[in-house]
Amino acid sequence: MNKFTKFNLASLIIGFSFLYIPIILLVIFSFNESRLVTVWAGFSTKWYTELFNNQSIKDATIVTAQVAFISSTIATILGTIAGIVITRFGRFKGRTLFSGMIYAPMVIPEVIIGLSLLLTFVALAINRGILTVTLAHITFSMCYVAVVVQSRMSSYDDSITEAALDLGCTPLKTFLVITLPIIMPAVISGWLLSFTLSLDDLVIASFTSGPGATTLPMKIYSMVRLGVTPEINAVSTILVGLVALGVVSAALINKYQISKQI
Amino acid sequence: MTRNNTKLSERIFNGKNIVIAIPFIWLLILFLFPFLIVLKISFAEYIIAIPPFSSFFLWDDTFWPTIQASLYNYKFILEDSLYITAYLSSLKVAIISTMITLVIGYAIAYSIAKAPTRWRGILLMLVILPFWTSFLIRVYAWIGILKTEGLLNLFLLSTGIIDQPLTIMNTNLAVYIGIVYSYLPFMILPIYANIEKLDVSLIEAASDLGCRPFKAFWSITIPLSMPGILAGCFLVFIPAVGEFVIPDLLGGTETLMIGKVLWLEFFANRDWPLASAVAVILLALLILPIMYYQKMQEKTLT
Repeated sequence: MNKFTKFNLASLIIGFSFLYIPIILLVIFSFNESRLVTVWAGFSTKWYTELFNNQSIKDATIVTAQVAFISSTIATILGTIAGIVITRFGRFKGRTLFSGMIYAPMVIPEVIIGLSLLLTFVALAINRGILTVTLAHITFSMCYVAVVVQSRMSSYDDSITEAALDLGCTPLKTFLVITLPIIMPAVISGWLLSFTLSLDDLVIASFTSGPGATTLPMKIYSMVRLGVTPEINAVSTILVGLVALGVVSAALINKYQISKQI
Repeated sequence: MTRNNTKLSERIFNGKNIVIAIPFIWLLILFLFPFLIVLKISFAEYIIAIPPFSSFFLWDDTFWPTIQASLYNYKFILEDSLYITAYLSSLKVAIISTMITLVIGYAIAYSIAKAPTRWRGILLMLVILPFWTSFLIRVYAWIGILKTEGLLNLFLLSTGIIDQPLTIMNTNLAVYIGIVYSYLPFMILPIYANIEKLDVSLIEAASDLGCRPFKAFWSITIPLSMPGILAGCFLVFIPAVGEFVIPDLLGGTETLMIGKVLWLEFFANRDWPLASAVAVILLALLILPIMYYQKMQEKTLT
């Protein structure tokens, strides 16, 4: 049985403090009475009240929720297909190009992706707005879904699908009855990942969105540029809370499913 | 029976092609095609119009259009030292931040891999959790800490460690902190995955033969975890070169990074052709690391 050594314990404590202290401070100061973010003047929820009365933040939240929901759903469908194609379809014409297009968006700087998509929408004469942001988010999210699904696909035994096909099950039915249930946890985490990626994205949304389609990160960014206020801390706290809730419940679901399988 | 079989396989084959085509065509139109457009517009010239660039094809009375390509933007970038400096300093910032992230990330990944088994899951989740929370918010959180009247200075002044507030905000140091902080999970995860798989008996054999723990770590653990180290470094380095949010919010006048230059050319100067040329050169600089990273990804999967 391994035990923590001094070095391991120290690096874990320092590492996790570095990762979490900024977020904890951000949350604490969202409940600050004072407008100054760094001087504690007593507990107050007034910034949250102010937030709920802020129409432009509400509008941006609605836009962001719409974009995130639609884009993550379509990205999950496309990404799942792509993940299966990479793991199960063997060699086909353009395979290298295909896998290249799956991995590249994850490392290529966002400014390049944003600029290239914007210029494409202009070239195709598509008006910029919610639609274009959604298309952009589908494109980069599907690559993350593909990678998540692909790692699940490559770790399970293919012989059951072959057995089903040999016994005369149609490919579509085999997929729906056998493959999909097996990779479901990966598909769900792919959806959650796409949802948060879309929720977070500032750079690509700034390039591809148009008037009337300001997303929440764009709104937060313009507020930050004007100065640090507890209101930004409040909206950030809500977002962090939602994400933490989502990730923890996803992890619990995953654990429950694994324990059920055993 | 045989007839049925061929029919079935034919159906699978056709269905297969359609299945491949769906994500393939999507990526061709919205990922590959856009790069060709950027390349095309980088050869155009800035004009005051909507959209603000000259057309690439000139349709005269002839059947074939004349191509109007101008190397003006590239000449402009190569002759103006601002852009060269921005590229070089982006590379410098990315390399230094990657190195710092590697040292911190390796220590954390190694400690998680060596932790008691029942702790590993929760520790790993604690690493992933910040990755799911908004990038923008995490960068914003550092402003309140690093600014002159911020929490770090407040803490250090009140404990008497310093008597003068430190200037960290709006310097390159703040940018390093921001990049290391934001990209740390990308470094930890691949390294952890690699160290966890390492055969402990190799280390035991080394120590049985009288090797000191540090030497065993240096000559066994590090070389064997090289694939994880490389994957982590690429995952941090490549996006960091083109980073915009961190230098914009935490950096100052001394911070010149190409992602921000591109953003300003596009949004402030509305010079789309120049922004495109900046993007093309940036991509050209990153194409080798990107391809190398892809090769590695392919290898780990097959």
